[in-house]
Parts: sequence; C-alpha cells; structure tokens
Amino acid sequence: MNRKLYVARSPRIAARMLGEEMLVMSGQGSTLFTLNPTATILWQAADGATPLDEIVERRICAEFEVKPEDALRDAEALAEDLAKHGILVISEQPIASTPVVPQEQQQR
Amino acid sequence: MSSIMQEMSDRALRLGVPFSVQLDLTYRCNEQCVHCYLDHDDHGEMTTVEIKHLLKEMAEAGVFILTLSGGEIFLRKDFFEILEYARSLTFCIKLKTNAVLIREAQAARLRDLGVESIQISIYSHQPDVHDAITKVPGSLRRSIDAVRFLRAQGLKVVVANVLMTENMQDYHGVRALAEEIDAKYTLDPTITPKMDGDRSILDLNAGESALQRLFRDETLVGNADEFCAPPPAPDEGSMRAIPCSAGHTACYVSPYGEFYPCVQFPLSCGNVRQQRFIDIWRNSEQLKEVRSIRLRDLSSCSQCAHGSTCTRCPGLAFMEGNMRGPSTADCEKSFARTGIPSVNLLAKKGNASTASPAPLVQIQIVPAITGTRLSGAGASASAAAS
Repeated sequence: MNRKLYVARSPRIAARMLGEEMLVMSGQGSTLFTLNPTATILWQAADGATPLDEIVERRICAEFEVKPEDALRDAEALAEDLAKHGILVISEQPIASTPVVPQEQQQR
Repeated sequence: MSSIMQEMSDRALRLGVPFSVQLDLTYRCNEQCVHCYLDHDDHGEMTTVEIKHLLKEMAEAGVFILTLSGGEIFLRKDFFEILEYARSLTFCIKLKTNAVLIREAQAARLRDLGVESIQISIYSHQPDVHDAITKVPGSLRRSIDAVRFLRAQGLKVVVANVLMTENMQDYHGVRALAEEIDAKYTLDPTITPKMDGDRSILDLNAGESALQRLFRDETLVGNADEFCAPPPAPDEGSMRAIPCSAGHTACYVSPYGEFYPCVQFPLSCGNVRQQRFIDIWRNSEQLKEVRSIRLRDLSSCSQCAHGSTCTRCPGLAFMEGNMRGPSTADCEKSFARTGIPSVNLLAKKGNASTASPAPLVQIQIVPAITGTRLSGAGASASAAAS
C-alpha cells in the first residue's frame, strides 16, 4: 500500500533564488546549501498540503522527461536528505502553514 | 567565508544582485558610546509601512543577507513586527544590538523567528570600563545577561569588541568572557569618523605602539612573522580587483531611507522613499562611479608596495575627501603591521603641513560559515551532498 507523504519548508531557513539556483541557509549551524533547479521545484512546491506524489506528477514530471515511479523514488530520497539538514519537514499528515516562498527576483 | 558563500557572492557580483544589505532601523540609542559615529536624534525615521515596502523590494531584488542595525534596534516599538515580516520574506537575518533590552521573552521570540545571529557590543570584561564607554551604569551586566538568554535558546551570538584608548588592554578579558558565555568573538580596533564628517572621535584610536603589539599577538593573528611580513609586489590581478563589496554586492540604507554603498561610505546614491530600491541599485550614477574604481586607476595606491595586501577602504578615502584617493587610516594600518610606509605616508612626510588621522585596523577571527551543495541529478530529483 502506498503511503502519502507531505513536505513543508522549515520555518527556520533563509532562502533566495540566485540565478538558476536556490540558496538556502539552515538555521541549524548556519549551514549553507544550494539547490539545483529540480530540488528547487520540490522545495518551492513543499506547501505542507500537497502530497509528494502530486508534486512529482504535476511539477517534476511535467518539467522533465522522467518516469513517475523513478521521479517519486528520487524525490523521496531528496526530501529525506533535505529534512535531515533541517530544510524540509516530512510528515504522513498535512503540515501547518509555512513561510512565503521567495519570489523570482529581478535580474539586472 | 565558506567556499559556497564565496561562490554565491561571486555569482551575485556577475548577476548584479545586491546580495547583502545593512538596514539601520533607527539612530536612536539607549547607550551614548564615546566613540559612536551617529547623531542619535530622530530626524524622521521610515514608518513601519515604509520599511515593509522596502523589505519587499529588497526581496524582489534578490537580497539574501539582511543585517538589521542602528542605533538600538529594540527601541523601535515595531521591531518584532518588522522582523517577522522580514522572515516571512525568507531573508537571512543578522542583528546588531547592545542587547540591553533583551530578556528571556525576547530571546525566545528571536529563536522562534529563525534569526541567524546576533552581534552584541562588549567593550570590556570590567563593568567600570564598559559602562564608562557606554555611559550607562549596569549596561555590561545587562548585555551579558542577554547573551546568556540568547545562548540558552541556542542562538548564535557574536561578541563585538571595539578597541580604543579606553579599553585597549582588555581584549584578552573580553575574549575569555566570550568563551565563558559560549559566544563567538570578533575584535575591531577601528574608530571611524562621524557620518557628518566630524573626525574628532578619531583621537580615541589606539596608538601605533598598541597596534603593533596587537598585530604581533599570535593568539589573534596566528604566525606573527607571516602576518607582519613585507607584502608581495602587486600583480595584474590585484590591479584589476574590486576594493570591497560596497556598491558591488552590498549596500546600506539609513533609517531615513538614504541609500549608501556602505555604512562606512556616506555617499548618497538616492532615497528609497522616492525611488525603488532596485532602480537606485541599477541606475545610480554614484554607484556606477563606485563600481568603476580599480587599484590600477588610483594614482598613488597603484604605485604603493602595499597594493596587493592593503585593505584600503573607499568609504574612508571618501571621508578623507576623495574616493579614488588613499585611505590614510589603512596606510597607517599597513605601516603598523609591516613597518613599511605607504606611498601616501611618504608623501605626507614630505609635506608635513598635513596631519594624518589616527590609525585604524580591522581583525576578524570569527570562524567561517560551513557550506554544502545539494543538487538533483539530471532530470531526476536525486540529492547529493558534496
């Protein structure tokens, strides 16, 4: 039986798009990360209310040529890694509200 | 600086993004420090609405690191409202404060809001010395209590120890105090002129012999012989390098909305009450001029032996009268460190009618932020830490 996973952005992180990458600083130990475009899509879609499989289907499979089952497996691994670093929160239940997603900034 | 932070800063430079901004929320203060460069009267601070509007513009412009400073930031009754809004825009927030108004409740709220770090000014481990500088009896005890409250919440605290004639002998004590209360420590023997140009407070700067002792203190600088060694000859890379981040990836906004390249560089580039933040950043003629400065274009500094290692501050040079001229304070620093006079100092010696300001130095020994890259592989959503 497939379990539903929900992902939400941690309220303790700082984040900003810089060019094509998302720059994220974890509140835990001031560790700095960069997320590539795929990881950025997952992070931006992590609203705590949309199940991970829907995010994969609607956002990742729609953007990249990848099999849904492969993409979901990779997305779960990515979500767990981001959670381990305090960037995402994972739950089998919907998660309460999270901070505003940083907007696409204006480039010079 | 971590390699990723350096890489991001370099990328911000290439993209023309204002990566880091210091926003002073007020110049009002509950301490009256003898060396302060500010006028503490309120000449019309931005309102809560104006500041929120500015923060939204900054987020849209790509600002990542936002330092909130003053004056004393906790004197603004809307401070937590501003901070909460800034965090909703996912800025990385650093605070600068004397912490006198931080008690357990404020510390807990700062933790809940995910503040990255809090820098607190401590001048001495001795109450009579610290309180004489702040002119507030009991201020050292209040500030140290605040550090303990913040550390109890797991927040990162940096003790900033500005050195001057009054407390030059106390930095070992402050450093030990920082270790005892589990805070990081940074030392800054730099007294800058007042923003209105008044240079009288520069008399508080430590003398040359005190600075020489500081530069040879291996607990601060590592190998003193290496630190104080004669500089290598400037190469083509140093001739082309930008002097600092001011105006390139960083800028400063005053409580009145004035936009400067840096808090130490009072060249007005516009006012965010009249123009959009990003328009000033992109189009200000003053900023374009600041961005054009390279060592090779500076008549005396390009000929100087210290060219490759000098920390010449264009803001201090500007306050001396010419942003393309030398910063005598940094010449004095190089001389105190190496014993080799700069071209500028030699010229002044030959023209003894001009008095040189007291020496200024900056030493930072706060450990760098760590960095990790997380990336999805190709079209999949894999993550790999490297």
